[in-house]
Amino acid sequence: MTGGYGGADILHDCTIGVEQGEIAVIVGPNGAGKSTAMKAVFGMLSIHQGTVQLDGEDITRLNPQDRVARGMGFVPQSQNVFTSMTVEENLEMGAFIRRDDISDTMNQVFDLFPILKEKRRQPAGELSGGQRQQVAVGRALMTQPKVLMLDEPTAGVSPIVMDELFDRIIEVARSGIAILMVEQNARQALNIADKGYVLVQGRNRYTDTGAALLDNPEVRKAFLGG
Amino acid sequence: MIKNFDTRAVLLFAAMFAALATVGFAQSWPLALAIVNLCLISAIMSLGVNIQWGYAGLFNVGVMGFAALGGVAGVLVSVPPVTEAWQAGGSGIGVSLMLAIGTIIVVILAARHVPPGNTRRLVLAAIIVAGIFLIRAFFDPAVELIEAVEPAKTGYLGGLGLPIVLSWVVGGILAAGVAWIIGKIALGLRSDYLAIATLGISEIIVAMLKNEDWLTRGVKNVSGLPRPVPYEVNLQQSIWFQDWAETLGVGVVEFSSIYVKLCYAGLFTIVLLIVLWLSQRSLNSPWGRMMRAIRDNEVAASAMGKNITGRHLQVFILGSAVVGIAGAMLTTLDGQFTPASYQPLRFTFIIWVMVIVGGSGNNWGAVLGGFVIWFCWIEAEPVGLWLMDVLTSGMDEGNGLRKHLLNSAAHMRLMTMGFILLLVLRFSPRGLIPEK
Amino acid sequence: MDGPLNSFLLLSNFVLVPGMAYGSQLAIGALGVTLVYGILRFSNFAHGDTMAFGTMAVILVTWLLQSWGVSISPLPTALLALPFGIIATIALLLLTDRWVYRFFRREKAAPVVFLIASVGVMFVMNGLVRFIIGPNDQRFADGERFIIKAREFKRLTGMSEGVTFKTSQGLTILTAVIVVAALFWFLNRTRAGKSMRAYSDNEDLALLSGINPERVVMITWILAAALATIAGTLYGLDKSFKPFTYFQLLLPIFASAIVGGLGNPLGAIAGGFIIAFSEVTVTYAYKKFLAYNLPPDWAPESLMQLLSTDYKFAVSFVILVLVLLIRPTGIFKGKAT
Repeated sequence: MTGGYGGADILHDCTIGVEQGEIAVIVGPNGAGKSTAMKAVFGMLSIHQGTVQLDGEDITRLNPQDRVARGMGFVPQSQNVFTSMTVEENLEMGAFIRRDDISDTMNQVFDLFPILKEKRRQPAGELSGGQRQQVAVGRALMTQPKVLMLDEPTAGVSPIVMDELFDRIIEVARSGIAILMVEQNARQALNIADKGYVLVQGRNRYTDTGAALLDNPEVRKAFLGG
Repeated sequence: MIKNFDTRAVLLFAAMFAALATVGFAQSWPLALAIVNLCLISAIMSLGVNIQWGYAGLFNVGVMGFAALGGVAGVLVSVPPVTEAWQAGGSGIGVSLMLAIGTIIVVILAARHVPPGNTRRLVLAAIIVAGIFLIRAFFDPAVELIEAVEPAKTGYLGGLGLPIVLSWVVGGILAAGVAWIIGKIALGLRSDYLAIATLGISEIIVAMLKNEDWLTRGVKNVSGLPRPVPYEVNLQQSIWFQDWAETLGVGVVEFSSIYVKLCYAGLFTIVLLIVLWLSQRSLNSPWGRMMRAIRDNEVAASAMGKNITGRHLQVFILGSAVVGIAGAMLTTLDGQFTPASYQPLRFTFIIWVMVIVGGSGNNWGAVLGGFVIWFCWIEAEPVGLWLMDVLTSGMDEGNGLRKHLLNSAAHMRLMTMGFILLLVLRFSPRGLIPEK
Repeated sequence: MDGPLNSFLLLSNFVLVPGMAYGSQLAIGALGVTLVYGILRFSNFAHGDTMAFGTMAVILVTWLLQSWGVSISPLPTALLALPFGIIATIALLLLTDRWVYRFFRREKAAPVVFLIASVGVMFVMNGLVRFIIGPNDQRFADGERFIIKAREFKRLTGMSEGVTFKTSQGLTILTAVIVVAALFWFLNRTRAGKSMRAYSDNEDLALLSGINPERVVMITWILAAALATIAGTLYGLDKSFKPFTYFQLLLPIFASAIVGGLGNPLGAIAGGFIIAFSEVTVTYAYKKFLAYNLPPDWAPESLMQLLSTDYKFAVSFVILVLVLLIRPTGIFKGKAT
């Protein structure tokens, strides 16, 4: 993919892929185009070259809404819940495009995030940061996506909550959903990643399994602080 | 490029004057000049609104109120004081004024010294209510006395008995003062709030002018305001004028009317040119550039440390003052002050149409807009009537629908103005003479 | 002995009942403004004239029904005409949206441009209403005028103060309860209503969830049309219909919506009653009320009126200013800052 905002390209021939049941993590220094890559995959900005494929189908020309309908879920980094609506309503809104019975999916989400079941009647705006992220992920899961994309899901939450969130993300992946996420906490993220992409200035610098990247001395030195 | 715009502006102005001349030839010259005079005033009001909207993006829905303040200045400055009324109630009004100031001071002191909470709210409310009753104890009897002084002729305090031209300045100052208060409250919040606050204050100002008979005579109107120009009757009787009319081969009565209107036009043109010149100077000064920078990107300007709310306050006050000046000029031209004539559609929204049609942010555009829209506003009525007459000519003379349509033709103007605004906003948002 | 009770009845008659009715009218009007603000994010200056248009449509249908001899006495015929008025207003607003606002939405124009466009729309609607029905007062209330007349009340209770309860007041309060209940049911229980709240809460996320913005906007205009017509008709039944009065209602309605918190429906209702009761209590003359409660020689001679009714708009304005100064987001947190 090559693309960017307006005139200047931020991404240059960058390749990212993730398989069913896998977790792929994009890491890299600030301004490397991590979030931009994510937006490009989701169709929130135009790409000039290259394609985006889902299940072998070319979806490059679809707008984000249609991509959601095709099985992509996206959790934005911030403002990712409806603060004035209850947890349950947030999940309902996540399933807005579905016309069938959503109660099973909602129960699955509640099984995954038990705290949400407890707080289902509370406005999402009153929850703690970690709980909100759970609502946000839960909302995206309501469409039963094939790929779930997370933009820095652990931004602004405490380390304990972060570990818990990662555990949950692993569980989501186990259920057969492909996960693509951008992470600031590179070390922890690569720990759980099946695949890691290190992006620098919009280009793929290193691509390997998460464990291999963690062992790679160059990556450690440059991006993981030794 | 700039040259192109200039030719365009020149052509448009030429077309405008041609249209006015057509009215002169086809209908009558006094009528054409009457339109010109109101066009000039409209152009000044439109310049004032353009300063707010075009320079800074402020949406003032209270133009009517500021114009009315200017209008009342005309009365307060020019009418001779009513001595009996002053003797009857002047002291009462004076005392209540002092008490009002006193109440405000006490409220401010109380707000500072009583700790916040319910107690403070109660204390403040109690002070205000007590203050109101105390003031009214002096105010009401005084008002009654003043209004009892020859109610058919005066029944109010009158003014200062100064030349009415001074009221143009005073009107501007009054409008600026009110604008300062409103701006302090509503600027810095989102744009809707300024719009609503100005809408509110203008309604209140007009309600006051209608009901405070002791000050403005209310709906009894003040007529016969002194003029800055000669009276037709006096002209018609002077020998030199009769001679002049004869030399030109025009009837004395018609010529006197034209002469007076030309005098007004001269005065108004001077004011318009001064305001226009100042507006142009300020627009092209560093201050004007900064204003436009703020308008186009508030976030960036704010990041550069510009005090946006402060700048907006300046612009809001300046623009309102210009509207106030125009309001005073209008009362001067009318020779009377009629509070009931202040209708928001006539005084607020038409001015907006002028600015948007003329070209937001361009002073020449605002002037042209003032001319064009006023001209359309005046000529729309006969044209609408004629249109309706033609449309319904197939109908029976006594047909109810025909009667209704003919009677309603006047309301066509409102719709026309609305359509013009919407069409320009959509298809030519930069207006007739776009901002450079 | 009966002083305090009589004075309470006096207040009920001149403050409580009229305040409740007026508050209900303002609340329904403010709900329309606040919904449009919540979804389209601009203060709709055409709302007063939308109310006028809706009421005019109701009046015309009422006249038609009356000429046919249709009547639901003791209730006013206007009630029967209301659905037709609502449909006409919905059609008008949807056309307005298609011809005016949709273009600016696609352009992603600044809120102030929408504001000006709504002023243009206001002009056109105002002209339309005056063109069709004229600028004058129209009365269209028929049926039984009173639920309780003051004289009957006095006869029944033996008190010296009576309470008048007009049919229009009773209807207004009852309708307001039904409308508010229905609206909240819609917003909180239905898919479409929830999608509206979601869109108002977080536009981007609503788009990501596959909520169709054009549909949300359409529902909003339909609701706004219904609310405006109902509010306008109730006000017209209670007082009378005059196009210019409806334009002037804009100020108290905006004040209600802002006091409650723009974009917050619950706030609009609270705001409506706050404004209405402030207006009524401040402009009420307390002379008689005090006479009942004070020893005879203390009874005041003046009317004891804080503010003449000519300045009732000043009350809305002062409350508005206080809210802007103290808490610009309104009592219930609204969207605006």
